[in-house]
Amino acid sequence: MFPVNELKRSLLVSIWFAFLTFPIMVIKVDPIERIVTWRWDNMFFVAIGSFVLSILVKVYFVRKERRAGSKKAQTALTEPFVHRILREPRFLYPLCLACLAFAILFPHLFSAYQTNIMTTALMYVVLGLGLNIVVGVAGLLDLGYVAFYAVGAYSYALLNMHFGLGFWIVLPIGGLLAAFVGVLLGFPVLRLRGDYLAIVTLGFGEIIRLILENWNDFSQGPSGIANISRPGLFGIDLSFSASINYIYYLVVGLVIFTIFVVNRLQSSRLGRAWLALREDEIACQAMGIDKTRTKLIAFSLGAFWAGLVGVIFAAKTTFVNPASFTFLESAIILSIVVLGGMGSIVGVILGALTLILLPEYLRALAEYRMLAFGGILVVMMIFKPEGLISNVRRSYQFKKLPSSESE
Amino acid sequence: MDYFIELFFGGLTRGSIYALIALGYTMVYGIIGLINFAHGEIYMIGAFTSFIVATVLSIYGFPLLAIVVIAALAAAVWSSAYGVTIEKIAYRPLRHAPRLSPLISAIGMSIFLQNYVLLAQTSDFLPFPALIPEFAFMEPVAHIVGSSDMVILVTTALVMLALTLLIKFTRIGKAMRATAQDRTMAMLVGINVDRVISATFVIGSALAAIGGMLIASHIGQINFYIGFIAGIKAFTAAVLGGIGSIPGAVLGSLVLGLTESFATGYVSSDYEDVFAFSLLVLILIFKPSGLLGKAETKKV
Repeated sequence: MFPVNELKRSLLVSIWFAFLTFPIMVIKVDPIERIVTWRWDNMFFVAIGSFVLSILVKVYFVRKERRAGSKKAQTALTEPFVHRILREPRFLYPLCLACLAFAILFPHLFSAYQTNIMTTALMYVVLGLGLNIVVGVAGLLDLGYVAFYAVGAYSYALLNMHFGLGFWIVLPIGGLLAAFVGVLLGFPVLRLRGDYLAIVTLGFGEIIRLILENWNDFSQGPSGIANISRPGLFGIDLSFSASINYIYYLVVGLVIFTIFVVNRLQSSRLGRAWLALREDEIACQAMGIDKTRTKLIAFSLGAFWAGLVGVIFAAKTTFVNPASFTFLESAIILSIVVLGGMGSIVGVILGALTLILLPEYLRALAEYRMLAFGGILVVMMIFKPEGLISNVRRSYQFKKLPSSESE
Repeated sequence: MDYFIELFFGGLTRGSIYALIALGYTMVYGIIGLINFAHGEIYMIGAFTSFIVATVLSIYGFPLLAIVVIAALAAAVWSSAYGVTIEKIAYRPLRHAPRLSPLISAIGMSIFLQNYVLLAQTSDFLPFPALIPEFAFMEPVAHIVGSSDMVILVTTALVMLALTLLIKFTRIGKAMRATAQDRTMAMLVGINVDRVISATFVIGSALAAIGGMLIASHIGQINFYIGFIAGIKAFTAAVLGGIGSIPGAVLGSLVLGLTESFATGYVSSDYEDVFAFSLLVLILIFKPSGLLGKAETKKV
């Protein structure tokens, strides 16, 4: 199966990578003590690793070619297994009930620590679903999504500190403020083409973070705002563990609400307009869709959810500072959407749970987490741009009538 | 007045470093229409490579001139190698994919490279050896313009000159211009487009590496995160000048450098990066084609 030629090529690849990574991986200098450490073992690992990887990639392509030859792209049109199951009410309702039951029982089955992690993961589910509206459905690459998250978190922190407003009042305010900021940013920016939009949103996200970091009178600078009050439940004083559970249930509720809304939106007139906009802007305008308005709605709706989660984040940690809202946070949320499958709700949920829970439980790998995020983005784009669970558009298939004479 | 001149030269220095990075963005964008998000990381890797090589050589007692030359060469060689490899792995398979795919892949590459350097080296700030000596003839003006500012300005000017000559008069330069104009047509007249793209990445990366080494020795410290901000700013400069246009990138970089220098000097240094980003947002809103860029009309 493997001609010598291919092996020789993989060998060349591994030599190339050994050369490439030589200064960074092998040499480590201590400029103060003036010591040089040569880590030759790293070079060995790089060479072996790249050799194996290059063979694997080759095997993958050979296989793919063979499959394409035998089955003639038949797989492209079939829906992924998960979606087919979800279409059947027979499976859908029991499955939903099971998930719900598990979600409700979770805090009673596991420790408070686990519940806390799960709450975080679920918050990312909502963030992912929110960004999914913007990136996955409407096709606007937003790299500054974390800015809206920050707006939500800071609006609760500040309103709580200055005016003593409670969680439940600020929750909608935070969401609306974020949506408002989204419109404010979106108005001038949405005329831009895809990649320019990406960079401007990135710049905008950084501006928000830098302002929060430097405007001490407004946001207390890098030290952040502490002692934000936890959400109240009709004035009942909750114990620490009860409040963890309370926030957990709150987030579960938010997730259900989000799934419901996003799901309804996707098959609505607006949702179809978004899809059309993603596929072809010009054709879409020719069909009479108001481009700016449709894009703005997508932008502000996405921002709205980020704002809601921001408020919950501030309430959960009782502390906010600008360091929580860096570009990397945006990148994590983006990788959730990309990994899960752009546009697919189930995909985004799975993506969020994998990307947030996996590093939590694989503590040893935690420092490689960002490396993996970067790698995932690249690998997914190359091998499976449609994500874990691809979203197949509803389409009509024309079947030839058996008795048809024409053609 | 001295303060003004000091700020002016500071701005020029800054601007010329941005120009070295911005050229890579603009050349790649001109040829394959991709915002090479990982370009800032190439610059960072260039700075790191020169840091490692220079420190090793100085520990082994090489003379300063040899250190500078070898470190610069090493930075250029390895950065170009990274540039070409990144293009092969992350961009080439996506050349016919929808527009967002290569951009996401580029962002992934950028995060990957940052963390690769973070894990393989360190997250601390490292002191960069002073590679540029204080020249005696600069003594009378040293309080306004430092020697390293001068070296950066002169080097950048020379590099720009070399680049202009390369693009105007050599075979590969001609091929690059042809590919930038129309890739399919260039292919039809027998230009090996893959090779031209690789060459573009080599040149862009080498320029960024030189920029990385110069600025690192000017500032005196490096860290794995320097590429992110520098990359965004250089991109801003490229857009400001009109992305795809080489003189535009230089002009945009100088304008950005001067703006930043004066804004931090006269207004506030806390908001240095805010000025750059605001400038970027404003340009894109009011003049998306940039100072020297051609306005694009899209045919349906």
